[in-house]
Amino acid sequence: MLFYILKRLVYVTPVALGVSLVCFLLVHLAPGDPLSAVLPVDASQETIAEMRAAYGFDKPLPVQYAIWLWRVLHGDLGNSIATGRPVLSEVGRAVVNSLILASLATLIGFTFGTLFGFVAGYRRNSILDRLASMVSVFGVSVPHYWLGMVLVIVFSANLGWLPPTGAGPDGSGNWRPDFEHLRYIILPALTMSVIPMGIIARTVRALVGDILGQDFVEALRAKGLTEFGVFRHVVRNAAPTALAIMGLQLGYLLGGSILIETVFAWPGTGFLLNAAIFQRDLPLLQGSILVLAMFFVLLNLIVDVMQTALDPRIERA
Amino acid sequence: MNAAVAIENLKVTFGAVRAVDGVDLVLEKGQALALIGESGSGKSVTLRAILRLHSEKRSRIEGRIQAAGRDVLTMSKRELSAFRGGTVSMIFQEPLLAFDPVYTVGQQITESIRRHEGVSAGQARVRALKMFERVRIPSPERRLDAYPHEMSGGMRQRAMIALALACRPEVLLADEPTTALDATVQIQILLLLRELQAELGLSTIFVTHDLGAAVEVADRIAVMYAGRIVETGTARQIVLDPHHPYTIGLLRSRADGALAKGARLDTIPGSPPDLANRPPGCPFAPRCFLAEERCRREEPPLAAAGPSHLAACWRSEEAAASFRRKRAEAAEPVLAV
Repeated sequence: MLFYILKRLVYVTPVALGVSLVCFLLVHLAPGDPLSAVLPVDASQETIAEMRAAYGFDKPLPVQYAIWLWRVLHGDLGNSIATGRPVLSEVGRAVVNSLILASLATLIGFTFGTLFGFVAGYRRNSILDRLASMVSVFGVSVPHYWLGMVLVIVFSANLGWLPPTGAGPDGSGNWRPDFEHLRYIILPALTMSVIPMGIIARTVRALVGDILGQDFVEALRAKGLTEFGVFRHVVRNAAPTALAIMGLQLGYLLGGSILIETVFAWPGTGFLLNAAIFQRDLPLLQGSILVLAMFFVLLNLIVDVMQTALDPRIERA
Repeated sequence: MNAAVAIENLKVTFGAVRAVDGVDLVLEKGQALALIGESGSGKSVTLRAILRLHSEKRSRIEGRIQAAGRDVLTMSKRELSAFRGGTVSMIFQEPLLAFDPVYTVGQQITESIRRHEGVSAGQARVRALKMFERVRIPSPERRLDAYPHEMSGGMRQRAMIALALACRPEVLLADEPTTALDATVQIQILLLLRELQAELGLSTIFVTHDLGAAVEVADRIAVMYAGRIVETGTARQIVLDPHHPYTIGLLRSRADGALAKGARLDTIPGSPPDLANRPPGCPFAPRCFLAEERCRREEPPLAAAGPSHLAACWRSEEAAASFRRKRAEAAEPVLAV
């Protein structure tokens, strides 16, 4: 097992390098001169050339990449143009907030998704199955920013039960696990949870239907297991795939929740990306995308390792 | 009731399809019975009905089934699950599919033992190990911790037998236990089953479409066609003195023995009837070489063709005579009994 993990880590290296290259090139792919956001409109030619040399833009691209990569490996992602603070600390804080939100949303989504999926898979074509399918289709297809707004209107504006935006009462960007902060996370987490819920419910339904149709289920009944005993086998068989989906969903939510984080002004990576894009804050954009992409790679690795631990048929050698 | 299994007028219906239509079957204690027939003849359905494995929603079972002195069709869910695997157990055609892929074989056997006998995990493992030794799995200790996909086909079927016999059942049901295996392994498995049956005093029902396998292990053979038993007798009677044209067809369509090079293998023309839309008369009549007007009109009952030998055919005497004549002419190789 340890060898397998090490091997996977080695495999991850080229992926990580590729990701870093794309992130690096992002600055050059973005339309316009990357310096235009930093320099005043009426800057002289000398100033521009000076800045170009200061940022290293006068060197050939491969050299620029090597220098950049060297800095990244030492934890230096540059400074944000807008705030002047190190990108790493900005991104770090946002990642923590996003991770908290995405984890809670995935947890809620996974719990209800597997519940609906199992009910639907066990009671195929019954009313319960239709209901569960309806809920999951709704979850996959409803525009999430719209659902977020509706929830804000109902629970914040009309009922006044929960705060509409932010991560905490003090307006700071640090979420803490206490009751006051918990109230702030409920609405965005619920809104976000319908995405994984729908996908997990549909996957688990198909999985359970497939597993129940396999010969070994009949063999389990034939050896005298009760329905609960059979259920335990079904869960164990469905777990690797369900967990893989959950891991990927967590990854998507971590980076792909720009709309929801913006609606709720949640100080996470999506919110940060949004700000970076609109302020043309290239170092910040570059840094946050790099960190997010690395998270995704890491999550995939964890999911793969977990799947191998759960399903003996996946080759370990 | 002295019989290990007694089935009376069993009818199993799936929607509009009556897969088993009035089967009577008796298995004496300590004996082995082979149920023979082609795909869709109802042999596996009959076998599964003994453990009530058919989905209750999608099937209807009528008639009476007694197994090990218990009335199967009136059991409660709880009684049924204690009965399955404990009193009557089953081995399956494809052991790779019949084991849960994500548990080791040992875990699956101990699970069964603990479910039926409530012993500790350690004791159950000792029992499982003994069973593995008994079915002669090499290096059993290590194999207990193997996953199904890590074993060979023959080894898996041995493990399946160990699983089925782990809780000392009275009756063993085997659904084509050798069909998925290599020819050389088939014989080993059949011999093992015969040996265990004698040793443990098991009563066994085999479902197979392989007459050779049936003769190898069975005391009696019942031939099924279109959901009914068309002929039943001792293995010797069925193979040496068949009285139903379908049995004769099965015997002739065997490829082994001295089939001359270039000679065509005899086959039974046509295909079995649509069970959802059963025509009147004998179901085999459209494919039968002896069929006459009466066969298409009236259905023949099972009638005595000899001592403890029954055949459902209006022209069973002609059929038997034709078989004897052909055999004398061609000196047709006969299965050793």
